[in-house]
Amino acid sequence: MKYSIFSLAANALTGHKGWKPAWRDASPREAYDVVIVGGGGHGLATAYYLAKEHGITNVAVLEKGWIGSGNVGRNTTIIRSNYLLPGNIPFYELSMKLWEGLEQDLNYNAMVSQRGVLNLFHSDAQRDAFARRGNAMRLHGVDAELLDRDAVRKMLPFLNFDDARFPIQGGLLQPRGGTVRHDAVAWGYARGASDRGVDIVQNCEVTGFRIENGRAVAVETTRGTIRARKIALAVAGNSSRVAAMAGLRLPIESHVLQAFVSEGLKPLLPGVVTFGAGHFYISQSDKGGLVFGGDIDGYNSYAQRGNLPTVEDVCEGGMALMPMIGRVRLLRSWGGIMDMSMDGSPIIDRTPVDGLYLNAGWCYGGFKATPASGWCFAHLIAHDVPHPAGAAFRLDRFATGHLIDEKGQGAQPNLH
Amino acid sequence: MRIRCPFCGERDVHEFTYLGDANGTRPDPSVADAAEQFHDYVYLRDNPAGPHREYWYHGAGCHGWLVVERDTRTHEIRSVAFAHEEAAQ
Ligand SMILES: Cc1cc2nc3c(=O)[nH]c(=O)nc-3n(C[C@H](O)[C@H](O)[C@H](O)COP(=O)(O)OP(=O)(O)OC[C@H]3O[C@@H](n4cnc5c(N)ncnc54)[C@H](O)[C@@H]3O)c2cc1C
Ligand SMILES: [Zn+2]
Repeated sequence: MKYSIFSLAANALTGHKGWKPAWRDASPREAYDVVIVGGGGHGLATAYYLAKEHGITNVAVLEKGWIGSGNVGRNTTIIRSNYLLPGNIPFYELSMKLWEGLEQDLNYNAMVSQRGVLNLFHSDAQRDAFARRGNAMRLHGVDAELLDRDAVRKMLPFLNFDDARFPIQGGLLQPRGGTVRHDAVAWGYARGASDRGVDIVQNCEVTGFRIENGRAVAVETTRGTIRARKIALAVAGNSSRVAAMAGLRLPIESHVLQAFVSEGLKPLLPGVVTFGAGHFYISQSDKGGLVFGGDIDGYNSYAQRGNLPTVEDVCEGGMALMPMIGRVRLLRSWGGIMDMSMDGSPIIDRTPVDGLYLNAGWCYGGFKATPASGWCFAHLIAHDVPHPAGAAFRLDRFATGHLIDEKGQGAQPNLH
Repeated sequence: MRIRCPFCGERDVHEFTYLGDANGTRPDPSVADAAEQFHDYVYLRDNPAGPHREYWYHGAGCHGWLVVERDTRTHEIRSVAFAHEEAAQ
């Protein structure tokens, strides 16, 4: 069914009883051309672009739970392309361009809202660093504006401009950044892929690989063995566990990231704001809740829940930036497992096992990457050649020294 | 999460800083394949879901380096020892 104002009106008149499920919940077949492990945003986007851009439709997406149960349904929905390094900027800008056309392409309302992302700075040195980042962005054709204190005050008069230690001096604004309804991204890609013949198989956990003569030929799952000409991993926080079943050790640690949402408030925050003197970021959902977060907890975890010191730290950042949120009540908090790579940048590459492809290392910023990640991964799987926009995200870059370390932190994943 | 430091007793995790996996051993730089061994040592991790031996530093306490065994699925801490005592064994 094509969604339109007419289908909406027709269904409204018939009591909304005519809506059909948006995608097919398939049972696995014995063999596919491509099996994608992981029904998160990246796995579903990959399936969609394989079918749509490359005509490869004999594809299954295997998800151990239900689609959207991982990070794609747990993130704080921020999209942006305000990167500094050459390997990153073109990739994230491709993603931004795909976001801009996504809803028309999918015929699905993903609530893409380019409400702006503002990174605040609090010292001269930080202003210089942000100006440099903004210049790098503009050289790559990405929008960036350096705002002074007065311009920020006009936009967000309620911020704590005169904090004794961290006065707000201005901010770097990316007007095209914003937020997207995360669940709708999973559902929209699932629908688009399913319509083109892709099998979306839920409650199907991959428990092993069959490797013959150095080539991956099948996956073992809780719903039987499934053969495939190519097998593609997009399991985010579980990347190390799944890759280990194929004998690989990855440059990845799994860490927990928490997020928070407050009770609903009247419209308050026009866009996304980040505090530059600590790790705190905040936006307001269309339902009115303040959605915010900060640092990862900082220790290896697969628990999907964090600890109180991080809650306290995030709230302190919030109080330093926006003291008025002290009176707002918290509604919910939750955690997701991040695939933190050793340089803070992702991996989209083949692996030493023939026929096995890897998409991983998204750290806490992989939601914004979803369209470009699917686009580049599908290209790699279809042609065995990396897409130019994702060509820097090699698995062997840690051995060759071509690291992409935006923060310059080194191989200490809890600092990225 | 609370860690029972062998010197200070049980303390909030706030007082500690995390370094990571405690299983790696720094390779010998004079061996023929040192570059490869250093790559594995610096960049690759087992990253298990389950028991994990890891270094924590008690910065707000005794300044001791600890080896903690913790389950990454539940955050349950199974054992804590001073790193220098572990290394001496
Ligand atoms: C609290 C939080 C806030 C975040 N905020 C942002 C943000 O504002 N902006 C941003 O860009 N990014 C953000 N991120 C990061 C982003 O959500 C992730 O990087 C991204 O969603 C990861 O890709 P994915 O959607 O494919 O992952 P997932 O949705 O996690 O998909 C992986 C899937 O693989 C499945 N799987 C795992 N093992 C197996 C197996 N053995 N067999 C079958 N299936 C398996 C899992 O069940 C899961 O559904 C945030 C993350 C969290 C947790
Ligand atoms: Zn101590």
